[in-house]
Amino acid sequence: MENAIDTGTTAWLLISASLVLLMTPGLALFYGGMTRSKSVLNMMMMSYGAMGVIGVIYVLWGWSMSYSGDSILGIFGNPFTHFGLKDTITDAAGEYIVSDGLPTVVDVGFQVTFAIITVALISGAIADRARFGTWMVFAGLWATFAYFPMAHMVWGGGLLSGDGPFASIASPIDFAGGTVVHINAGVAALVLALILGVRKGFGKTPMRPHNLPLVMTGAGILWFGWFGFNAGSAYAADGGAGLAWVNTTTATAAAMLGWLLVEKIRDGHATSLGAASGIVAGLVAVTPAAGDVSPVGAIPLGVIAGVLSALAVGLKYRFGYDDSLDVVGVHLVAGLWGTVALGFLATGSGLFYGGGISQLVVQILIALVAVIFSAVVTAIIALILKATMGWRIDEDAEVAGIDQAVHAESAYDYTGGTGRLTGVGAARAESSAPSLKDTDTSEEARA
Amino acid sequence: MKLVTAVIKPHQLEEVKDALQTYGISGMTVSEASGYGRQRGHSEVYRGAEYTVDFVPKVRVEVLVEDVDAGSVVDIIVKAATTGRIGDGKVWVVPVEDVARVRTGERGVAAI
Repeated sequence: MENAIDTGTTAWLLISASLVLLMTPGLALFYGGMTRSKSVLNMMMMSYGAMGVIGVIYVLWGWSMSYSGDSILGIFGNPFTHFGLKDTITDAAGEYIVSDGLPTVVDVGFQVTFAIITVALISGAIADRARFGTWMVFAGLWATFAYFPMAHMVWGGGLLSGDGPFASIASPIDFAGGTVVHINAGVAALVLALILGVRKGFGKTPMRPHNLPLVMTGAGILWFGWFGFNAGSAYAADGGAGLAWVNTTTATAAAMLGWLLVEKIRDGHATSLGAASGIVAGLVAVTPAAGDVSPVGAIPLGVIAGVLSALAVGLKYRFGYDDSLDVVGVHLVAGLWGTVALGFLATGSGLFYGGGISQLVVQILIALVAVIFSAVVTAIIALILKATMGWRIDEDAEVAGIDQAVHAESAYDYTGGTGRLTGVGAARAESSAPSLKDTDTSEEARA
Repeated sequence: MKLVTAVIKPHQLEEVKDALQTYGISGMTVSEASGYGRQRGHSEVYRGAEYTVDFVPKVRVEVLVEDVDAGSVVDIIVKAATTGRIGDGKVWVVPVEDVARVRTGERGVAAI
């Protein structure tokens, strides 16, 4: 019964896929609250835009490039082998294809949600100023040339997997996406921030978050969704999933405390933005480690992630890159830390568990490869787009607010509906006006 | 006639309103305002970046009164709005040439 479906695993992976999909709207809230009120819609639309683009291209060539098994140099899978999920869902006899108890089509659903959120994460670096069309094209190109290959290299049997060249030293560990998701997106964020340049007034005028309750709500939804991300990555409804769940919560709680401690000592106040940010830093750091550390090990993993990220978010002012919502300080820094920390904290092979230094060496190597790969690919895509479509909206539009300039909307109605209807709606209102008079006459007639 | 304008702390509004009603003032206009005086603004910190917020939230109360009441109304507002801490606000009086009640068309003191 090699092809028997494990219903427990299948049910859990369907739920996990749904949880991870919810993370992207959660991220939209998290990021949206951090922008100014004139650009919250554009910020949220970049996340939703990623859902649109990646949700379509994943079934066309995303899955095939990640997991076709038809590897090209160990870097990416052949996009045509399973183009449009050909030969992926059912076999010649019409039976669902099952692998380790899980129908492959469920795995496709689970994986597409990872690709979506990874692209959406990058958008935090380019708040207030990017053309929406350029972002949408970037989303598709970046997923194709950066995300799918990374997923293939780490999880699809490629260069950075247990079948790759580093495995002769030690088998690389990336449980749920420290390299593929967070280092990848964090480096891309840094490259985009550098190529797009700073917003007008960066470092001079206040750009404080316009709605911290949205940020807190988003962080809560991210934490909830992350159970699908990490515990779902156990690929079973079992003790391993339970361990990942507990580690996820422990590291995240510890990271929140770490961030708040830095704030209290450095700034004098523990802030709500710090709590929300610490939560995300902890979730990021535990992502590669969720299945391979102990809950006690997850505590230092989380605390250090919170402290490092809290210190790292100030670097953009020192070096002058406008990573608007700190994708670098949170995702790149905590992602690097979580990936490298496995060299110390991995139960069985980590330095602190008597495993020697080989795991640490391998973790540093895969982190480095991820940084370099993402930097090169992102720079090429972003520079081509800069030369062709252009990245920045007009300066006037940026100052007035990208929501109105790009989407012709504003997030909040402060004045209670002033103005008048023009265009299509107005035509309808005018044509209905005579009928109002008709009603009046008929009422008079009745009287 | 006089227009008494007071800029006060938002949470003192209820006390000021109650004191004016007790005195017999029949109406007032209240609006949200922001500004600073001697207390200046305050600072806020977001992810370690400190912002100075110059304008502090305030409430502006405007009352139209007869000339004879102006002094008493100022005293009442000052008493009710005082917390003793910095940033309690300001009250000032300006002369008003004419007033009209929109519904009836009454003019002058009758419209107050």
